[in-house]
Amino acid sequence: MDSSTPTRWITPAGLLPVAIAGSIFLWFAQMIPVIGRGETLRYVWEWVPSLGVNVSIYIDGLSLTFALLITGIGALVMLYSARYLAGHVHQARFSLYLTSFMLAMIGLVISDNLLALFIFWELTTITSYLLIGFSHDTVKARRSALQALMMTGVGGLALLAGIILIGTTAGTFEMSEINATDGVLRDSVMYLPIVLLVLAGAFTKSAQMPFHFWLPNAMAAPTPVSAYLHSATMVKAGVYLMARTHPSLAGTDFWLWTLTIFGAITMVFASVMALRQTDLKLALAYTTLMALGALTLLLGNESGYTITAAATFLIVHSLYKAALFLVVGILDAQTGTRDANSLFGLAKALPITATAAAIAAFSMAGFPPFLGFIGKELKYAGAIAVASEPIFVAGAVLISSALMVAIAGIVSYRPFWSRSGEPIAGVKEAPWPMLVGPVILAILGAFFGIFPETLATSLVNPTVAAIIGNAEPAKELKLWAGVNLPLFLSIATFVLGFSIYYYKQKLREILIGWTTRGPSFDSGWDKLMAGIASGSKALTRVIQTGVLYHYMVVTFGTALAVLAVTLWFRSTGIPAMGVPQVELWDWLVFLLVLLGTLLTLITNSRITAIAGLGVVGIGMAMIFILYSAPDVAITQLLVETLVVVLFAAAALKLPHLNPEPLSRRWLDALIALGLGVVTTVILLKVTTGPIDRELTTFFETASWPQAFGQNIVNVILVDFRALDTFGEIAVVLIAAISIFALLKAKPEGENK
Amino acid sequence: MNSVILIAGARLQAVLLLVFSAYMLLRGHNAPGGGFIGGLIAATGFVVYAIACGTADARKALRFDPGSIAGAGLGIALLAGIMAVLWGDALFTGQWLFIGATEDDKGIPLSTVLVFDIGVYLVVLGAVLSIAFALEEAV
Repeated sequence: MDSSTPTRWITPAGLLPVAIAGSIFLWFAQMIPVIGRGETLRYVWEWVPSLGVNVSIYIDGLSLTFALLITGIGALVMLYSARYLAGHVHQARFSLYLTSFMLAMIGLVISDNLLALFIFWELTTITSYLLIGFSHDTVKARRSALQALMMTGVGGLALLAGIILIGTTAGTFEMSEINATDGVLRDSVMYLPIVLLVLAGAFTKSAQMPFHFWLPNAMAAPTPVSAYLHSATMVKAGVYLMARTHPSLAGTDFWLWTLTIFGAITMVFASVMALRQTDLKLALAYTTLMALGALTLLLGNESGYTITAAATFLIVHSLYKAALFLVVGILDAQTGTRDANSLFGLAKALPITATAAAIAAFSMAGFPPFLGFIGKELKYAGAIAVASEPIFVAGAVLISSALMVAIAGIVSYRPFWSRSGEPIAGVKEAPWPMLVGPVILAILGAFFGIFPETLATSLVNPTVAAIIGNAEPAKELKLWAGVNLPLFLSIATFVLGFSIYYYKQKLREILIGWTTRGPSFDSGWDKLMAGIASGSKALTRVIQTGVLYHYMVVTFGTALAVLAVTLWFRSTGIPAMGVPQVELWDWLVFLLVLLGTLLTLITNSRITAIAGLGVVGIGMAMIFILYSAPDVAITQLLVETLVVVLFAAAALKLPHLNPEPLSRRWLDALIALGLGVVTTVILLKVTTGPIDRELTTFFETASWPQAFGQNIVNVILVDFRALDTFGEIAVVLIAAISIFALLKAKPEGENK
Repeated sequence: MNSVILIAGARLQAVLLLVFSAYMLLRGHNAPGGGFIGGLIAATGFVVYAIACGTADARKALRFDPGSIAGAGLGIALLAGIMAVLWGDALFTGQWLFIGATEDDKGIPLSTVLVFDIGVYLVVLGAVLSIAFALEEAV
């Protein structure tokens, strides 16, 4: 997309999302003073009270921080995309997806009810699927979108199971109530399953190793999407979940070790992989993974340092990473490439972009006086404060931070200031709507770095209070914390980082050698998918033979087995059966039904068999009449008539019935007789007990005074249980459509 | 089948069955009958007509596509249910209007329950006929 050509970009499709995001941002922004005082807001509307599903909004520091990031970065990204995608055929569609995503994400972070949270969680998955697959005419985009959907979808199912367990264990789905009851989940026997399931959801959404591979692939989406969903917001949903459940779930060795190990491995692996990339966008994608790993690692702990570090780093990362993604988008749009090896010295051509990139990169690399520096210092302080293995954790943080320095150089120094190659000629600065985002985000990173207390009092402290779940004060945010261990570690980071940058070409070659030889997660995914497909095909071949006879044998055989086994083990014996005292009429009807059945069994003609079955049906109808159920009898008669008429139409064309092999008839007889015996026993048992006539009495007394009808059957159908009837006629319609489709569909390769 | 007697008989029978189905539909609330039975009777009329005169003629006589009739029926039933909400009752609560009612006489009773039953009638009629016609055309 060449945005240097003048295109009309002031369109409703482009700017309406900006207005929506902006106004929601302002609405949340006016809550900062309230939340900053340490208060929380809660609104509840009952939705399905019988299931405990409420639409409840809970806003504390954590939700507000997320909501502000989502709407603030959202507004800037949407302004950016209004220009970036101006004139695109599907711009309106894009805006719709992006706005829907934003609303879902807001819902996710402000829902107090876990079931509502889950619904929004899935909505973000679906909108993310649509956005990754926005360029749906390319195979890569479709595959990446599906991969992201499957990974996060499977995680979502695990999360749902976890949420249900939480709800049954705690007796409520309101997270604020659960968090307020100390130990309700931690001390329960279901603690381990709950943690495993919730973390499965969080780890897939936040792309922790080994579920990480969908995130780099998701870069198939347009760059604003990557900036917004796959760095600043959606992938942080998993982090949000861990932070939200932290008061109830954290504090055990299991939580600590799981998060520490997964986070540390993801962090180091991702930062190493980031160095390998030459596509700037992919490099950023891996640094996002690194950040998610770091946040997971920090959330494993409970100390004030680590949680302050997590809250600060969350904000730092969103600011600089969104800015850098947007910068890469500008590079891509203005030069037509994102390859690190062909972009040099563009600072003259793109002065504003270069400045924004530089500021954001300083924050990313963790230089003073930027917010990133404070974030990094806190990470070190937090890592040292980690109770378990400070050396292991601090070492992991050191390696990944040093690599961040190198990658910040690759993304922001080389393309703009390096003289190792010729700059591409004729590159023009991006139009202002695309510059606003990176510039504001970069400046915010610098501003909060110089005035950290503004951020600390407004957002970080309330967030920490929300995560730790008690009033332990958050650690102060300071640029100069004195000469201490974190400072030395910072200096070590810079030295190591610069050396890595210097030797990056060599290191990259080594890494490419490693990764091409090693097993690939992505091809493993393909194998898994192919395996599932062939497995289900094999299973389908076994259970779906396409022969009606097999289905009938399996259905009735199963019914017989289940009923017989239940009767055998649960029943107290077969009630005595005497000869019933009934009228002569009843015996005649009984004889008629028996004759019809025998006729059906012995005939070799389809028409006769259907007529025989018709006789059985009419016998049934007569029983209904004799026991005064005229409505049922009429219906039965009409259905019998229709079946015979319809079958007569079809039977004319069907081949003659061949006598079946004797063995098959024996099997059929066995199943049929068995079912007959079992049904008889059940009926006998039912009639021996007293029959509850409560409903009958109610309908008899209420039918006329309340529903003005004397035909109770009809009154029940259309009034008392009208909703059921509505469901039934909907089923009738669906069945008719299915049969219609079956009859009208021409099987391939057949001419019938 | 090209039997004049059958065609004439089927036409007459179809008309009678249709009238009878309307009668069954309307009396359903107080006597055996109702939308389900009425729909089945009407469907029988058309199925017989289709056997005698062919499905093309039967479709023409029906005027509307059976699938659309069933769909419309479902919509009517839903509307009848929603009407209760407009009057502030729970979904599908019957709403009654007694025209010219006095102390002893209920006058002419009109109700959403009847509307609902008409919906049921149409769904059953449409569903059965769309299966029946398709079946007869397939063989």
